[in-house]
Amino acid sequence: MTKLFATTALIATLAMPAYAIQPAEGETLAENQTYTYWLLDAIKSLDPAKNTDVEGSDALRSLFEGLMIEDASGAMVPGMAESHEISDDQLTYTFKLRDANWSNGEPVTAEDFVYAWQRVVNPETASEYAWYMELMNIENASAVVAGEMAPDQLGVRAIDDKTLEVTLSKPTPYFLNTLSHTTAYPVPRAVVEEHGDAWTQPQNLVGNGAYTLASHNLGVEIVFQKNPEYWDAENVLMETVRGVTVNDNNVALTRYQAGELDRVQIPAGQFPRLSEQFPDQAVSVPYGCSYAYVLNLSEKGPEALKDQRVREALALGLNREVIVDQVLQGGQRPAYSWTHWAINGFAAPEGGMAGMSQEERMARARELLAEAGYGPDNPLKLQLQYNTDDSHRLLAIAAQQFWRPLGIEIELNNVEWKVHTDRLQNQDFEVARYAWCADYNEASTFLDWFRTDGYNSGKWSNEEYDRLLAEAATAEDTTPLYQRAEEILAEEVPAVFVYHYAKVDMINPAIKGLPRENLLNTWYAKDLYRTAE
Amino acid sequence: MFAFVLRRLAVAVPTLLLLIVFSFVLMHMAPGGPFTGERALPPQVLANLEAQYGLNDPLWQQIWNYLYGIVVHFDFGPSFVYPDRSVNQLIAAGFPVTLTYGGLSFVAAVVLGVSLGVVAAIWHNSWVDYMAVGISIGAQVLPNFVMAPLLVLVFTLWYRLLPGGGWSFTDPSFWIMPVIALATSYMASIARITRSSMLEVLGSNHIRTARAKGMPEHRVIIRHALKPAMLPVISYLGPVFVSMITGSVVIDIYFSTGGIGKAFVDSALNRDYAVMMGVTILVGALTILFNLIVDVLYAWIDPKIRY
Repeated sequence: MTKLFATTALIATLAMPAYAIQPAEGETLAENQTYTYWLLDAIKSLDPAKNTDVEGSDALRSLFEGLMIEDASGAMVPGMAESHEISDDQLTYTFKLRDANWSNGEPVTAEDFVYAWQRVVNPETASEYAWYMELMNIENASAVVAGEMAPDQLGVRAIDDKTLEVTLSKPTPYFLNTLSHTTAYPVPRAVVEEHGDAWTQPQNLVGNGAYTLASHNLGVEIVFQKNPEYWDAENVLMETVRGVTVNDNNVALTRYQAGELDRVQIPAGQFPRLSEQFPDQAVSVPYGCSYAYVLNLSEKGPEALKDQRVREALALGLNREVIVDQVLQGGQRPAYSWTHWAINGFAAPEGGMAGMSQEERMARARELLAEAGYGPDNPLKLQLQYNTDDSHRLLAIAAQQFWRPLGIEIELNNVEWKVHTDRLQNQDFEVARYAWCADYNEASTFLDWFRTDGYNSGKWSNEEYDRLLAEAATAEDTTPLYQRAEEILAEEVPAVFVYHYAKVDMINPAIKGLPRENLLNTWYAKDLYRTAE
Repeated sequence: MFAFVLRRLAVAVPTLLLLIVFSFVLMHMAPGGPFTGERALPPQVLANLEAQYGLNDPLWQQIWNYLYGIVVHFDFGPSFVYPDRSVNQLIAAGFPVTLTYGGLSFVAAVVLGVSLGVVAAIWHNSWVDYMAVGISIGAQVLPNFVMAPLLVLVFTLWYRLLPGGGWSFTDPSFWIMPVIALATSYMASIARITRSSMLEVLGSNHIRTARAKGMPEHRVIIRHALKPAMLPVISYLGPVFVSMITGSVVIDIYFSTGGIGKAFVDSALNRDYAVMMGVTILVGALTILFNLIVDVLYAWIDPKIRY
């Protein structure tokens, strides 16, 4: 019997890619396998259905596991799902679950996924991320969220304990990519129903991830311990993971230097100094967010912005190289497209502004403004709104200076975060700073934003653009469609794209296994290990 | 005296009630809500959330439900931003932290501040006085948001003596820096008030009489000067005590204590109505209580005051 088990395990390891990252040759593991990372703020929720932020997601990836997980490059590899089949019409996905247990020893079943996903869309749960099931295009998700159908009408069902069938409302090429998201995690029904909202407390929480929740002192520290019930526990090296909240980035850096933290974000502007001083620790990697100044093209917006020449002049006049090299200084890149340059399979269209020098751009911008009737005697006056933050302020001042020589007078309008978003959503602004972060690693996560029915705070609308994106959803080769869409954005300028994010961090060189190529910075503690120094 | 305390407590109830209603209305008038964010929620999702939290009821109904929950169940509602926790839980977790470091800071500030002020007044215009005044001005101009990161730099990075932040009820090494950073400027204020009040009292008739009778100087100071000199200090200390034990947002941010001072500011910025209200009520109730205590102390210290 024992022998049989050993053989099965061996076959499984051979047949599948190695999941957890293992030490390279010549590396010695440290005695103390603990990883301490930095949290800017308290974790708002540890309930997969209610989590809304990055820090919560980082924690949930240790505690739970979805059908798919990501490897170091961000590609999907099997998690709870051992294998899957896709129907010919691309509407039905059938997942075979692996033998895995919850941390209380109970088996993980297809029913756990069904319960969890129904719970997300159930209006009674009031999940802020209920829309995620709509993004996944799961059949009837919108109707259930709207309360028009019962949660059990959601297109997901358990065929048996280990077989899960998902029905989509339309073919969705990115569907598998959505499965590693925390909203799509399974939850243990019995535990949730027994404890209610308190089920995420350390003494109650039961997960199927590589770690269990040892303690959670809100706003101070969260501690994870390796879960012996995890299906791949034998390949998990890191024993303890600690998330330590430090509300001030500069203090966090000091504490990193004092050895209290293994990873911390580098405060704005300090990357050049730190990368010179600590070349083996200061790291800058592309990060899937884009920064832009959204122009209000709705009826409430200023008349001037309805003139395409004015919008183009604004885009031309902004010196992005200076913003990136002199202000941000952390490996960010100038943005001439909305889609982040490093998005999987995306290539920005050739030509356009990117190939011009700033002098050429300024000359062209002057021409355009003159044509539109603006100049020294008739200056263009606009209000630029941004939310309270040092780097937003610096960038707004820079933009104001770049546009001034064109005869554009920018009035800066600093408001607190909630006011900013409220005005954006109600079109009570002229020009407003905005940033969008990728939900998954594919260009539509950015481009959907400008669809007529997308978030699109500036209310720009273009039929061809909408059609291109609808086509892309089922197209074999999406590249030409996405490129054309970006060309339309460059021509019509519904927003001035500013820069593409980079993640700039100090990372303790002894910590191995942190992904450097994953655009969404998705990391799994189970892949980490600490080498002896 | 007893009737006075009863009367004051009776006034406290409508005061608190007004505070609750005003804060509630003001809070809801602020633009944006707990669920406005970078991405606009689909209308249906937003409607579900608002229904869950009762935000779609008329405002008077919301206030009524809120008051009912507090009075009948002592339930301050669920947090909008921390859906796993209730306001009661959040306050129960954060208040003991600020109570600890705030209480210790208060004791430190009072003991050091009063000593400094008294010493300066006794040796008025001597080097002792100049030094005491110098220290208190120095402490006053060094704000805690400068002091806090400086302390972390010195004690955590350079000397590796203290943890750079976090909190533990069992390990006092976590308390030291928050207490120093919080107590310093209060100590300075207390020292200045004590010094000027003490100088005034030392120049008054009853002190001259006491000295003329040949009473030893230490008895003059302790028995006849210190007590009346404390009156302005005590009226200052009442509200200061409340603001210290309910925490400082600066201390909470720089030392990541998980205290309630940061929750106060965060909940306002996040439009976490329930947490905001809970903390407001806590601070309001404590302020009323300690103003009353100060008034009672007055009567005890100054025989001229009668209620």
